[in-house]
This record gives sequence, structure tokens and C-alpha cells, in this order.
Amino acid sequence: MRQSNLYIILYAAAITVVCGGLLAFASQSLKPLQDANVELERKHNILATVMEIKKGDDINALYAANVKEGVVDFGGSVKEGMKAADIDVSKEYKKKPEERLLPIYEFKDPSDPSKVNNVVLPVYGFGLWKDISGFIALKSDMNTIQGVSLAHLGETPGLGARISSEEIQDRYKGKSIFDADVLASVTMQKGEGNDYSNDPHKVDGMSGATLTAKGVNNMFVDYLTCYKNYLKKNQQNLSLSL
Amino acid sequence: MSTAVAEVVEKKSEPLFSKKNKKLITNPLDIDNPITVQVLGICSALAVTTQMKPALVMSIALLVVTTSSNGIISLLRNTIPSRIRIIVQLAIVSLWVILVDQVLKAYSYELWKQLSVYVGLIITNCIVMGRLEAFAMGNKPGPSLLDGFGNGLGYGLILLIVAFFRELFGGGAIFGFKVFDAMGIHYTGNGIMLLPAGACFIVGIVIWVQRSLNGYRETH
Repeated sequence: MRQSNLYIILYAAAITVVCGGLLAFASQSLKPLQDANVELERKHNILATVMEIKKGDDINALYAANVKEGVVDFGGSVKEGMKAADIDVSKEYKKKPEERLLPIYEFKDPSDPSKVNNVVLPVYGFGLWKDISGFIALKSDMNTIQGVSLAHLGETPGLGARISSEEIQDRYKGKSIFDADVLASVTMQKGEGNDYSNDPHKVDGMSGATLTAKGVNNMFVDYLTCYKNYLKKNQQNLSLSL
Repeated sequence: MSTAVAEVVEKKSEPLFSKKNKKLITNPLDIDNPITVQVLGICSALAVTTQMKPALVMSIALLVVTTSSNGIISLLRNTIPSRIRIIVQLAIVSLWVILVDQVLKAYSYELWKQLSVYVGLIITNCIVMGRLEAFAMGNKPGPSLLDGFGNGLGYGLILLIVAFFRELFGGGAIFGFKVFDAMGIHYTGNGIMLLPAGACFIVGIVIWVQRSLNGYRETH
């Protein structure tokens, strides 16, 4: 009996249904916790571009106290009634630059809440193997980089994956994205160990990961072009735009 | 999988923690260790042992998977059609692995980000499938649970030993605590310990020490 074809087929079907049902149940019941973790990491990454975060800090409280979210379009005007958290940057990235909805995060001045100290811009692109993403924090002049945070889905460990390390991200600090009025972005160079401290638009490269660096450079140009109108509008006007 | 036919351990009913059954837990720690003697699960032993913390989590994850898969397969052993037994085993193992992965993602997100790749690879870890084929298919659930638990412990023991030396000499720390700095000694990490090659050396040394202590010889 145990060797008959019917028994084997029924057995396989039953195993599949039971296992599938258990997994679906587990996935559904754990989803709220998992989503909360993903959300917490997003907030952490936004905060980390501007301030030092110590272990044990309450990310949600810090975020609520410091950050004002908003959404702008390509023209730089604020989209009222839209929430930054609802925008899926990975989907927007596939649209034409002019059609993308762009989340922005403004950091309030602790002493004067009507002033913006920093603005954080999410960016999204493609590395060597898979998607890469990140946040660029600009100072209130809308030009100088306060800090960046970069993440990746599947760059080569030890080579391209280094973009998520502080060592690489610190290289962007203090660089500027505009050259006079023209968007110049910041470009990671080929080769490692060179000193670009005098050039506001170049950072030292990653040895063995030139293609990942290219992906990062493309991502910066692509998204900074999208944000350009918003940044230009607010360059003179340093008060809260959201 | 060295043994094709399941070794039958128990004939008549006996208490769960009889002398023979206790051996199911203690043997994998030493004379029948899955890594150093059966030489299974080496790839993950090289991959996750650069630091103690991921090694510990990986050990616990594997412990859960081997124990529970062994138990379930043993319960089902008389119903599983032999022609599709491997795929049934695989389905059960995958079930547990995905459950562990999902639970880690919900309760320990940072570790999940580091380990998710390796946890997924438990499905192909030879220890799990090897124990199912060699033990759970021919024994009652009680001893099978013990066997799975014992092999998970044996695996975890070696993982932690290897990770201890790799983190200590590679990064000068234990569980992230800078030991050498705390003692006031300046220590520059030995890079080779952080490469897979470093793990090969340490696994080799562990095997050497173990065999000179217990006098184990390969039989041909």
C-alpha cells in the first residue's frame, strides 16, 4: 500500500498543504513585528546620517522629536496630505525622474523649531549585482553633505559591500553637491588610497569595487537631479518648507 | 551521508534517559562529533565563526532544526513512502528552517540581517539530512529527539570553540568585548583568522587535539 502511486501522490499533497499552512500562519502572525523592525531600521538610518546614535537610544522618540516628514515632486513643490512612510522608493525609482514622488525628511533646529538644520534625502539605485539604497543628509545650505548612509541587497562581501561601512560613508562628509549653480554631485573615484580632501566633488574609491562605486555615483546623480528643484527653492529660504 | 541504512538502536521499550540513550547526546560531543568525526556541515562552520555571537545563534538555530526535524520525521517514519522519503525530509527541514528565519526576523532583526543567508543554508546542511536518514527513519521519536539534540550540541560546541579562537586572535575580542584592550595590551588583529582559511586551521587543530585525547582512529 505504501508504495502505490496514489498513496505517494496523496502523501506528498498532504505534506505540502500542512507545511504551507503552517508557514502562512507563521508569516502572518509575525508580520507586524517584522514590519516594525524594518520601520525602526529606516528611522535609524535616517537619524544616523545626521546624529550619533548610541546603543539603547529610543529611536522612535528621537525620530518623533527631530524629524518632519514630507513628500515633494520633481518640481520641488510639497505634496500635501502624503506621508513619506507610504512612499516605496524602490517602486518610485522605476518611474521616470519627472514622475517620481520624493520623500524628504527635515531635521528641526532644537532651539528654534521653525528652522531646518538638515534635510535628508532618500536615494535608490542599482549596484553591481542588486539594488542599492541610501540617505543623503545635507546641511541647511542645501549643498554641503552632513553625512550619508548606504545600504545594499547583495554586493560582494568585502568589496562592494563596504559601502555600508562607516569608513566609506565618512568619506562623503563635508563634500558639496553643487558647483556654483550647477549640480556636480559627488563622484567616487577609481582606485583607493588617494587624497581628495581638496576636491569638494570627489571621494576616494574602493579597491576592487569600481562597478559598485559606479552604481553609487549613478544613484547620486539620478536622485539629486530629482531633488534639484526642491533644493534650489529652499537654498535661499532656510525656514521650514513642510 | 555515510550510512545508507538506518542503524536501529532500540528493540524493546526502555526509559528515555537510559544509559544507551544518554550516549545519543554525549557521543556527538566527542567520539561521533558531526564536524570533527563525521565531517559534515563544514561550510557553515567556516562561514559563521568569525565572531562568537553569530556562531552562538547559528548553533541554537541548528539545534532547534535538527531536534525538531528528527522528532517529526521519526513520528512519520512508518508512513513515509520510501520512494519520496528524501523530498519529505527536505520539506520538513525547510519548514523548520523558514520558521527559525521568520522568528529571528521578528525578534532579533540585527542578527537576522547577518545570518539570514546562512540560516537558509541549514536546509542543505548535511548534519540535518544525515541524521534524518541515518537515525530518525529507523528509531522511535524519543531517541530521535535526543539524537538530533546531541548532534546539534556537538555542532554548536565545535562552532563555539572555533569562533572563540577566531574572534580572540582575529579581532582581539570575545562576544564583542575587547579582551586585550581591557588588559591594557595593544593587539593588532590577525587577518588570516577572519578568513575561511583561519577556520580550517582551527578545525584541524581541534580534530588533532580531540583524536590524541580519545585515541580515535579512522577505520577503513
